[in-house]
Amino acid sequence: MAAPARPYRIGTGAGFSSDRLGPALDLVRDGRLDCLVLECLGERTVAFAHRDKRADPAKGYNAHLEKRLKQLLPLCRAKGTRIITNMGAANPRAAALKTVEIARALGLTGLKVACIEGDDVSAIVPMSTPLYDEPGTLADVGLQLVGMNAYLGADAVLPALEAGADVVIGGRLADPSMFLAPLMHHFGWRADDAALAGAGTLVGHLMECGMQVTGGYFADPGVKEVDRLADCGFPIAEVAADGTAVITKLEAAGGCVTPATVKEQLLYEVHDPARYLTPDVTADFSRVRVEEIARDRVRVSQASGRERPASLKVTVGFDDGWHGEAGVSYAGPGAQGRGELAARIIEERIRKAHAVAADLRVDVIGASSLFATAGLKAQAAQDVRVHAAMRSRNREDIETLLWEVESLLCCGPAGGGGYRGAITPCVMTKSVLVPREKVRPTLEVMIA
Amino acid sequence: MSEIGHNARRLIRDIAHARAGDKGNTSNISVWANDPADFALLKAALTPERIKRTFPALIKGRVTRYELEHLSGLNFVLEEALEGGVNRSLNLDSHGKSFSYLILGLPIEEH
Repeated sequence: MAAPARPYRIGTGAGFSSDRLGPALDLVRDGRLDCLVLECLGERTVAFAHRDKRADPAKGYNAHLEKRLKQLLPLCRAKGTRIITNMGAANPRAAALKTVEIARALGLTGLKVACIEGDDVSAIVPMSTPLYDEPGTLADVGLQLVGMNAYLGADAVLPALEAGADVVIGGRLADPSMFLAPLMHHFGWRADDAALAGAGTLVGHLMECGMQVTGGYFADPGVKEVDRLADCGFPIAEVAADGTAVITKLEAAGGCVTPATVKEQLLYEVHDPARYLTPDVTADFSRVRVEEIARDRVRVSQASGRERPASLKVTVGFDDGWHGEAGVSYAGPGAQGRGELAARIIEERIRKAHAVAADLRVDVIGASSLFATAGLKAQAAQDVRVHAAMRSRNREDIETLLWEVESLLCCGPAGGGGYRGAITPCVMTKSVLVPREKVRPTLEVMIA
Repeated sequence: MSEIGHNARRLIRDIAHARAGDKGNTSNISVWANDPADFALLKAALTPERIKRTFPALIKGRVTRYELEHLSGLNFVLEEALEGGVNRSLNLDSHGKSFSYLILGLPIEEH
């Protein structure tokens, strides 16, 4: 009998837009990777990228793309590791052109850069489209449209792999699809094999948040210890032709891969474990087996899947005014009482003296903030920060809030210090569905 | 003291670990027994009714519980529980990432 094919090795090089670069370089250098995936988009990330593009048509892709690729491209070429990423965000073409420019400057002649477009569906989705899981249409939102992007699946990535691309750059490529596509390509999985698509989607789902499966977002001193979290490594998936996989990390890296870290990630942002929708499949994680086969090596199997959804999900971003936050701190005996008095003063001044009706929330951090609505509150906290937050379509409202909070330094309770305030633009995101046949992904291969 | 009295001082965090994620205004929190032997206790302690009843001002919608018996895990889906979600919430933690500790902070015995 022939020996079984060696596993396909995929690493995660980023699990969100601002993820670390060093551990990605370590993985490529020492991980014997076939493929490195950098997942860098959230729903709101795309909307903010559209704003960047509106301000400068040559921008709108991931802000760290240049720094990342300057170091990754030479390493990946030396090691024969392919890169797949959605760092193109709202402008995959500009990102691909920048990548070619970087490759040429580094002397990486002949590097094949694939640009996938077609996720921007603003020209084919009418404003009369009903919103997904809430009443009304896009037009009813009544805000300025920023952009709309359909989640593209593995079928949009496959042509780039077939074309032999060294770097695949897209915009709203769905997170797990960027992992499923190279597996389909490498093992020759058929597009209509839902069980294998489910297995590859599980791999993608476990890997797409980077360190969240290798000990990040996990440590709780005294209860859940993680070794050298400051040097946590990104994950590696060793995937077999039948879709089963071992999740692991570099031995030299910090962090840990255990059944507990894998299980927490298994249901991260999942609702019904038997019905996880992606552009590729209705994945079923409800019978997944999780086995520790060695230190920092966890085997996952028994993922499955059913037919993919008939529609693609589209994220629609709108401009939504401004968000402002401002704070001042109190410490020592009676700090909680002084902070609570300051909070009451802010609310009274905003509502009565300024008659501003915008959404306002004032917390006393240290006494009650993240769990305030849940009804949890400390007693006699001695080091608190009053934190005021406001959202408004009128920037002047926010400026008024910042002024009022700063005025507490002299006009508020005793001993207040450490004022800071900031104003940032806001986006609102909504979801709609679009029939998948209306979305036409395109591919262009550029040669450095 | 009875075992009930003993359990009253123990928190869910003593027998389980958890992770929270968000999608729009819906939070999901997966909770996993550290030891499969404690899964029955965890299941009895964390009913959807109890969670809904404990945080009435926070959780405005339905609470659904999915069970992964073979992995000793529960997945709670809390609808309308993120104060409007990342689009609207003025909570510093607008994703409700910290909400796993709302569950882990509950005593195993309700009373």
